Amino acid sequence: MEMLVASGIGVLTAGGMYLVLRLRAFPVVLGLAMLSYAVNVFLFSSGRLATGMPPVLNKYAELDYADPLPQALVLTAIVISFGMTAVLVMIALGSYLESTDDSVNVTPADADGGAAASGEDRDGEDAR
Amino acid sequence: MNTGDLLPIMALVPFLGALLPGLMIRAGRDACAWATASATALAFVMLMVMAPSVMRGEVLQAQIEWLPALGLSASFFLDGLGLLFAAMILGVGLLIILYARFYLSGEDPMGQFYTYLLLFQGAMLGIVVSDNILLLLIFWELTSLSSFLLIGYWKHLPEGRQGARMALAVTGSGGLALIGGMLILGNIAGSYDLTVILTQGDAIRASEWYLPALILILLGAFTKSAQFPFHFWLPHAMAAPTPVSAYLHSATMVKAGVFLLARMWPVLAGTPEWFYIVATTGLVTMVLGALIALFKDDLKALLAFSTVSHLGLLTMLLGLGTKFGVVAAVFHVINHLTFKAALFMSAGIVDHETHTRDIKRLGGLRTLMPITTAIASLAALSMAGIPFLNGFLSKEMMLDAAEKTVWWENPLIVPVLATLGALLSVAYSFRFIIHTFFGPVRDDYPAKPHDPGFGLWAAPAFLVVLVVLIGIFPKTVAGPLVAVASDAAYGGGKAPYYSLKLWHGWVPALYMSIVAVVGGLILLALHRPLDWLWLRTPRPEAKTIFEGLVERIAALCGWIARGTHDGSITRYLAIFAVSTVGLGYVAWAGGGMGAATREPLPLTPVGVVGWVLLVAATGYLLAIHHNRFRALVVVSIIGLMISFGFVYFSAADLALTQISVETVTILLLLLALHFLPKETPRESPAWIKARDGAIAIGTGGAVGMLAYAFLLRDVDTISDYHIANSYSGGGGTNVVNVILVDFRGYDTYGEIIVLGIAGLTIFALMESLLNGAASRRLRNWTFAPDRVRDRHPLMMVVATRFLLPITCMVGAYIFLRGHNQPGGGFVAGLIFSIGLLMQYMASGFAWAENRQRIQYHSMIGLGCIIALATGVGAWFNGMPFLTSAFGYVHLPPIEEFELATALFFDLGVFLAVLGAVMLTLYSLSRIARHAGATTNKEPLDYDPSRRIAREAR
Repeated sequence: MEMLVASGIGVLTAGGMYLVLRLRAFPVVLGLAMLSYAVNVFLFSSGRLATGMPPVLNKYAELDYADPLPQALVLTAIVISFGMTAVLVMIALGSYLESTDDSVNVTPADADGGAAASGEDRDGEDAR
Repeated sequence: MNTGDLLPIMALVPFLGALLPGLMIRAGRDACAWATASATALAFVMLMVMAPSVMRGEVLQAQIEWLPALGLSASFFLDGLGLLFAAMILGVGLLIILYARFYLSGEDPMGQFYTYLLLFQGAMLGIVVSDNILLLLIFWELTSLSSFLLIGYWKHLPEGRQGARMALAVTGSGGLALIGGMLILGNIAGSYDLTVILTQGDAIRASEWYLPALILILLGAFTKSAQFPFHFWLPHAMAAPTPVSAYLHSATMVKAGVFLLARMWPVLAGTPEWFYIVATTGLVTMVLGALIALFKDDLKALLAFSTVSHLGLLTMLLGLGTKFGVVAAVFHVINHLTFKAALFMSAGIVDHETHTRDIKRLGGLRTLMPITTAIASLAALSMAGIPFLNGFLSKEMMLDAAEKTVWWENPLIVPVLATLGALLSVAYSFRFIIHTFFGPVRDDYPAKPHDPGFGLWAAPAFLVVLVVLIGIFPKTVAGPLVAVASDAAYGGGKAPYYSLKLWHGWVPALYMSIVAVVGGLILLALHRPLDWLWLRTPRPEAKTIFEGLVERIAALCGWIARGTHDGSITRYLAIFAVSTVGLGYVAWAGGGMGAATREPLPLTPVGVVGWVLLVAATGYLLAIHHNRFRALVVVSIIGLMISFGFVYFSAADLALTQISVETVTILLLLLALHFLPKETPRESPAWIKARDGAIAIGTGGAVGMLAYAFLLRDVDTISDYHIANSYSGGGGTNVVNVILVDFRGYDTYGEIIVLGIAGLTIFALMESLLNGAASRRLRNWTFAPDRVRDRHPLMMVVATRFLLPITCMVGAYIFLRGHNQPGGGFVAGLIFSIGLLMQYMASGFAWAENRQRIQYHSMIGLGCIIALATGVGAWFNGMPFLTSAFGYVHLPPIEEFELATALFFDLGVFLAVLGAVMLTLYSLSRIARHAGATTNKEPLDYDPSRRIAREAR
């Protein structure tokens, strides 16, 4: 099973990394979501794998339990990664709505004449 | 109270006083100056209270623990050397405050000036009374920073800004070297306390780290004290207002390097390395500075280079490594302070009254400004080393020391060069007097010169009185201070033979002095042809070299930054991934790995099916990611597989959280996708895809192998403690939840705050977006024709109405049982959000909003406050923050149940999560409304009951 989990983490990371390297905001957000999956599972598995022994104490028997600490840490990590994804989505959305372009990279032309170009763009819109 | 206890207070007074000028300037310029002066005077009085015991030879100490783990404590000590410098800093500080009051014009922001001045004063005072060298380093850096502010005080002058930047670059990088040197020194001595280090001289000199430490410390001292080849910043710093030049660049800051050399003298001096580096640098600086000073036309530049030259003289004296050299240096520190500060102030007066400092446009001021002439001439004569003035005495001592020095088996070289330095010094001093004040009266001064008011000449006059008094009665006026300060500087022991008096008989130093004076006067007579020659001799210009160097470094940095950080996220993410994997490989290749210690779990069919689904979904996602809707569906499948994985590997809490977060995330992305293009264009050529694929496979492979490696190896975990104490200490059987709300409650508290901030950030982003350019674009948004005409289908409305109470009940159940069974505030918050979201989706925004009773913003705040209050509650029981208490309650109809304060903490978590999630989606849906999506007041687009009612009419 360890092989499966490890290779699963690897596949998720590879998929996430590939998407993160795309040029548009939406695949990058998806890629980051994939990377958060990979990281969460990675952290979780640092407590080592255990089946059938949830860390809920049994008052009546002495049992082995799975490592609860990584679970607690990953639990908050999942919720935080939701917050992070949400912020990223908003930024992506905002930049798209502002510029009608969802490209993630600033090209040299944008950096130099971006302000002037968008100014013209707005004027053009008003004229319409 | 021990008098030593005053030390930290004295060190603090200027910093506290720095708050005053900014406030008092509103009460007028006089009040501002008085407030500043009173702070300095208070510190000075404290120093005078401590002075008598120091003069008796005691060393006062005070210590306040600060960061003992780092060896950093706020410890101070005051010995003779510290007393001398502290008195100079505070005493001259008072004179400068007086002078600056009359020097600064009405347009200059005086409050700012005095604030900077007091900050500098505090930093400088800190250097000379610090016992801990780490503390000393902090003050050292503070002097660099505050002098930057002071030099650049006239912000409108480009020279001021450039000079300030240059000074900061040079002294700051020297400070960096000094930190390294001091840390090495502390390591050798085993303590960062100067009082301890000063006793370890033999061990330090014998250490193999002696030379690196020496060089680094000297770099710090030489840059600060403007020694060749770092001398160039000082003349450029003269763009500062004259009070600053007089204070920083003659009396105090540039002496910090000299102070450091003197302070470290017992530890570092006495070796050939010390002699050849320090004495040679000093000698070169002395001659070079004097030579350049002779040909400077700007009065302040002349004085600046003469300061460089005199600092070189001091460095050389300390570099000789003899106790007599130390005594001469200490004495000359006092003398140089008095005459040079007076000279700077006089130059400032001349500038103030004639509006020029160009010596070639001056001359003949003797009759127009008699008082200034008298002050400046006496000070300059002292600088030239003319008898009956204090400069003569220390110059004689210097020549005496030089005359006995053998450099590289050559007994002539040092005395000759020292005499040459003195000769040049005579020449430029007389040039300062004769070319400014004597000669014919001119009729083309930029302004009509006259003597200034008393306020402006009082300070230099006081200093000149000292010049004369020390010059005539050296033993009475300066003797005791010189004795106690030099004793501290050479580290005690037998005092060398010296006598502070005018007449020593026909000794070699006297002949050298006579040669210097006569030669200097001859040189001055030949100044015109020599100047002509000087101007036509090509010389390296330090400023050009410095700026070229800075430019080249900036270009290099720019090249690196543009190469890695050119605005392309893709590029630097790729660089980041590749270099991280590379570093991981280096670590692995260097460390190796032990054998596997865990038996792998056996493969199960369920596991294999899950894995195949996960891998297939990921592959499919990559293949079709251009179709965004489909990609989103596939991502949700991956998320589900991960939830199953959590269930399978005994992490029920994680599975619950993952599955509800998954739902909310997909909803969010769907909403966002409404406004984004539905297709990703295909724009990467094949080779880029191949490159990215290679990076992705490399990264994934590395992470996968790392995971595989640690999965098969055992680990020492601290979780056993959590499992053992979960029930007895936290009152819950679900260890994960107990860790969240109790053991690591502080982490959780931080996390809900982060989540709340994320929610509020999104709200703020939306707010600014809807007020910006995007707003217009949104209003003109043309929606694709709806494929579904019925936006709020009857079935869904009815079903969600039924589901809401059920969802809430499930959420409440999950919340309540969280402490003992999988569940808890995080999951419950997400479940509630899903229930509410369904109402928004099914019945429309306006309908849902009309029934909303509590703002999501306040819900986040409320959650954080409840969690905080629970944590603080523990204090009232005398327990640390967030310690939970619990008890068992028996209410008759129900079984006995447990009530824990952790429940309230979890309630806070619940509210914060609910608020943040809802605020996020609420913000998104506002875009839709802004874009003109119609909202309905009624829950249904098509309401059968209304039709029936209509038909009945």
